[in-house]
Amino acid sequence: MANNAKTISASGVEPRGPKPRPMLSPRNIMIYGTLFIVAIYYALPLYVMVVTSLKGMPEIRLGNIFAPPVEVTFEPWVKAWAEACTGLNCNGLSQGFWNSVKILIPSAALSILIASINGYALANWKFKGSEVFFTILIFGAFVPYQVIIYPIVIILRELNLFGKLGGLVMVHVIFGMPILTLLFRNYFTSLPEELFKAARVDGAGFWGIYFRIMLPMSLPIFVVALILQVTGIWNDFLFGVIYTKPDNYPMTVQLNNIVNSVQGVKEYNVNMAATMLTGIVPLIIYFASGKLFVRGIAAGAVKG
Amino acid sequence: MAGAKQPVRILRNLNAKIAALPMIATALVIFVGCTVWTIVHSFTKSRLLPKLEFVGFDQYERLWSTRRWLISIENLAYYGIGSLVFSLTIGFLLAALLDQKIRFENTFRTIILYPFALSFIVTGLVWQWILNPEFGIQHIVRSLGFESFVFDPLYTPDIVIFGVLIAGLWQGTGFIMVIMLSGLRGIDGEIWKAARIDGIPKWKTYLFIVIPMMRPTFVTALVLISAGIIKVYDLVVAQTNGGPGIASEVPAKYVYDAMFRSQNLGQGFAASTMMLLSVLVVLIPWAYLEFGGRKNGK
Repeated sequence: MANNAKTISASGVEPRGPKPRPMLSPRNIMIYGTLFIVAIYYALPLYVMVVTSLKGMPEIRLGNIFAPPVEVTFEPWVKAWAEACTGLNCNGLSQGFWNSVKILIPSAALSILIASINGYALANWKFKGSEVFFTILIFGAFVPYQVIIYPIVIILRELNLFGKLGGLVMVHVIFGMPILTLLFRNYFTSLPEELFKAARVDGAGFWGIYFRIMLPMSLPIFVVALILQVTGIWNDFLFGVIYTKPDNYPMTVQLNNIVNSVQGVKEYNVNMAATMLTGIVPLIIYFASGKLFVRGIAAGAVKG
Repeated sequence: MAGAKQPVRILRNLNAKIAALPMIATALVIFVGCTVWTIVHSFTKSRLLPKLEFVGFDQYERLWSTRRWLISIENLAYYGIGSLVFSLTIGFLLAALLDQKIRFENTFRTIILYPFALSFIVTGLVWQWILNPEFGIQHIVRSLGFESFVFDPLYTPDIVIFGVLIAGLWQGTGFIMVIMLSGLRGIDGEIWKAARIDGIPKWKTYLFIVIPMMRPTFVTALVLISAGIIKVYDLVVAQTNGGPGIASEVPAKYVYDAMFRSQNLGQGFAASTMMLLSVLVVLIPWAYLEFGGRKNGK
């Protein structure tokens, strides 16, 4: 849509809408000026993070957080990755990073697989009560986590999963389910029904249709779901801190422990490097995925 | 199919039922079962371990006479009202600006939305740094010559929650902007033409025609913001950890600390039940409007 607007205005032929205005009209100056200031405001914290993480401590003490580094140093990054202290040990964030990876991969894969099958069953194989369960699930998304966290502790203890990565994976699958199921259900509902019927006539069953027709056709929505889950799980803090032991803490929890640990002199440059390291994964996904990210977050907003 | 004998009920569509088992289990065991479990246990005197010794409303009475809880509620109210008002206004204004058929729309949107990809922990830590009195904004303005300039929200108990709010708004307004933008794009272009022919100024068209037409979008935004408000936890933990003192405590943190730090499960259950109650206060009227209205429409 935006691309269309761009090409139209660039080529100068715009049959509809207001007549073209000169670029420097007061209106344009106001609009672009405001947007420019807003954009600077939103971009500034990221800039401050990067700049601070590249300075040495003496420079930070003397200078201004907005000033670019006089002497660029990558030492804070190395330190944040390998040596920063969490209060328990001084192995840096690397351990948390790998923990997060170990949590992320099975959680994202499982939650998407399960939710897509759920969504498929809800869209094409409605059975008595399926809508009721779905409604409960959607309302469940609004229940504050705090109401549910303790009973889940008990369930995980019974299953001997408490404090282990497997337990946390299960929790992510559970709490990702409402939004993902909604996403897939809406997508499968929007596919032409003839497709499904033709496959039925050809004798394909539940799983046959899912794996041979639905799965290959729904690649875009899988990408959207993946973006949603990867950023969501990577950014999680509450579940990580409750359901894992310090050895398995995900990156966000470790980051918080590093920055907010009270021992020793505060090394702001190392803290900012650690913060950047944690933020970099979702940022890469965000900037690489562009419109798909927007589609993912909007999926929660558009109700079925 | 119609002539076939009715097969055993449960076996019909069996594969779909098996496939939906995780969903059914989650819906029933987690969302219904666990919620009921917590509510029931909020009436017991559980401390280190949950036990079913009922004490009526004792936990709630204690909760509402605990200073820390009252401060949490007050903070939640300030944070909630602040984020509702500012997210909706800023989100709408930015969306309206982006909707003026401008160039670089994608660039602006990308910049304003990126904080939403970051975790609350990262958000809280960045803003902790920017608002740091010794190095951050206060220090910079002072070094420009305004020696007596004071802007130190994170260490001033009275306004600390607004320091958290600044960070929360930075993280979340882009999302609301995107929702508003899709709402604006859903408005028929003819409306604008008609308004222009009638000579209605643009701001009036927005205020009296477009915004009322965007009611569903605003409701969606409202529900999403409210759901986010009640969950606010990580941001506070990262930015202030509830401090200075207990000045920036929030209910979600009260629950966590009661359950996992001070072995006071009953208090945690009671507090979380109160949180659930406050969600229902928002959710039930919304569901009634949304789904009740739809049924009438059919």
